[in-house]
Amino acid sequence: MKFLVCISHVPDTTTKITFTPDGKAFNAAGVQFIINPYDEMALTRALELKEAQGGTVTVINVGPATTEPTLRKALAIGADDAIRVNAEPTDALFVAGEIAAVAKDAGYDIIMGGRESIDYNGCQVMGMVAEFLELPSVAIATKVDVSGTTATLEREIDGGKEIVSVNLPFVVSAQKDFAEPRIPNMRGIMSARTKPLKVVEPTVSLKPTASVAFQNPPPKSECKMISADNPEELIQLLHTEAKII
Amino acid sequence: MPLLVYAETWDGKFKKPSFEAMTYAYELAKTTNDTVTAVVIGAAGDDELKRAGEYGCTKVLHANDAKYASFCPSAYTAVIADCATAENAKTIVFSQTYSGKSIAPRLAAKLKAGLVSGAIALPSSTQPFVVRKKCFSGKGFTDVQVSSDVKIIAVFPNAHHITTNTTALTIQVVNPAVADAQFNTKVNEVKKTSGKIVLTEADLVVSAGRGMKGPENWGMIEDLADALGAATACSKPVADMGWRPHHEHVGQTGITISPNLYIAIGISGAIQHLAGISSSKVIVVINSDKEAPFFKIADYGIVGDAFQIVPKLTEAVKQLKSSH
Ligand SMILES: Cc1cc2nc3c(=O)[nH]c(=O)nc-3n(C[C@H](O)[C@H](O)[C@H](O)COP(=O)(O)OP(=O)(O)OC[C@H]3O[C@@H](n4cnc5c(N)ncnc54)[C@H](O)[C@@H]3O)c2cc1C
Ligand SMILES: Nc1ncnc2c1ncn2[C@@H]1O[C@H](COP(=O)(O)O)[C@@H](O)[C@H]1O
Repeated sequence: MKFLVCISHVPDTTTKITFTPDGKAFNAAGVQFIINPYDEMALTRALELKEAQGGTVTVINVGPATTEPTLRKALAIGADDAIRVNAEPTDALFVAGEIAAVAKDAGYDIIMGGRESIDYNGCQVMGMVAEFLELPSVAIATKVDVSGTTATLEREIDGGKEIVSVNLPFVVSAQKDFAEPRIPNMRGIMSARTKPLKVVEPTVSLKPTASVAFQNPPPKSECKMISADNPEELIQLLHTEAKII
Repeated sequence: MPLLVYAETWDGKFKKPSFEAMTYAYELAKTTNDTVTAVVIGAAGDDELKRAGEYGCTKVLHANDAKYASFCPSAYTAVIADCATAENAKTIVFSQTYSGKSIAPRLAAKLKAGLVSGAIALPSSTQPFVVRKKCFSGKGFTDVQVSSDVKIIAVFPNAHHITTNTTALTIQVVNPAVADAQFNTKVNEVKKTSGKIVLTEADLVVSAGRGMKGPENWGMIEDLADALGAATACSKPVADMGWRPHHEHVGQTGITISPNLYIAIGISGAIQHLAGISSSKVIVVINSDKEAPFFKIADYGIVGDAFQIVPKLTEAVKQLKSSH
């Protein structure tokens, strides 16, 4: 089986998020970047399926040269080869268009990614890739198993889970529980240096959205303490001050 | 040109986020003197569909063929795209629910439309078209400018109010030609886990942790939730010990929610717990330890014994409700 795993390059989850003084861009100075956590789960599941059933795992990122260490990390975890589309990933439709262009006619059986990237929280790219390639899609999946040419997946819905089956090829986005990420070992890290990382130039020009301004949320106001002797006051405040009950 | 809103249903009834999306679309349409058409896919009775008129829609397009009985992203996308073309709609509103996340991106690709997912406010301007959303998992906001002819907005659940705007409504059954090949995912089973109120959609949530000492003490938590009309949630250890079902567990390894009110009772406020609830609008913390980290992000706090406080809160809620 041939897997394509879409890797987004995002600030580490513990990063303090700040923006440039003009509020027009994310301030990346001194920030540590990682593989988007959901994409790492997708990658791990692809590797598990490959180990069980044979095949290759290719990782792809749409991004400038600065994302290459993130792709190397994916190779260290176990991907066979990597593709980088050399462009700033400023719009989801653009990113998806590039991924679809690379995947078209390349014969991938399963295209995997994360439910959302933790920077722009789009939840967009994987569904768009599926539509561009006219493939079935399963979003926010917590499990995937493959048997022959069909796969069975579990996905989250509001207030429950759904069990879905689909024929290969298809697109899936991973949610928590999809797989337990692996820590790369020394051998993986050494071999990652020599694994192929191909750079291709973008072919699509569509960019219908752009982030034009950023802001941090206003600081949280002080916690208002209410005496344990008079908890009824809380309900009054929720009614008259916060106006939520 | 009407705005289109995808109004999701469950068991033939509109979901709460659908009313939020309808209200959002209505308020946006009003600024340009346009009307709102709702698209409903799957079985629903006309009595239910008429409710769309209470939230400002003037038309419902209902794809009620039996083949839409279970959810399939590409087929549903094809239906909405067909309705958008038929109505010549240039703005399409979704709710950022699990279904919204499954279809809105596909529709955006099909229509070459810019998509703002997780919008938290009406557009701040329509020329240029700019919509605010959260980014960096709640650690920031960004204003997204959309330049395509067709624009799609998926509204974050609980971010927009629901108001009634009663209008005359027509219901039209539609049956767009959707190729069999588009029915390419098959739902084998739906496992409903939630109780009366679906946690991810709940406005108000009462949550409790290890401070409750044991499962036998959850009666008072449920009483408070019932009095408020709230859903119940819990911390991870509580679910791990089997005191509460796992689908109630919120946090980094559980589900993420953003209700208007989150009441945390006997929960310490570990960073992994906060990851699932920090974008709640108002946070109330009840804890016997005044040093509990949860107080740092709370809006209201009570230091004291939950066993004493919670029943009093329930009484106060009942009194408040009976006096209105
Ligand atoms: C990788 C990882 C992922 C995790 N994911 C999650 C997650 O998704 N969700 C999650 O919740 N946790 C998660 N955790 C666990 C988390 O770190 C905490 O251990 C957990 O949230 C603590 O649960 P608690 O607050 O219920 O219990 P405790 O930390 O034991 O806190 C109990 C609280 O109750 C108070 N209390 C005691 N008696 C009373 C009383 N009579 N009245 C009022 N208050 C009282 C105490 O003062 C205390 O603050 C994760 C941990 C790790 C390492
Ligand atoms: N620049 C990118 N390059 C490759 N894959 C991406 C990129 N951006 C997003 N993805 C994939 O799409 C998923 C959803 O991202 P998003 O729509 O941005 O929330 C991510 O989890 C990745 O798997």
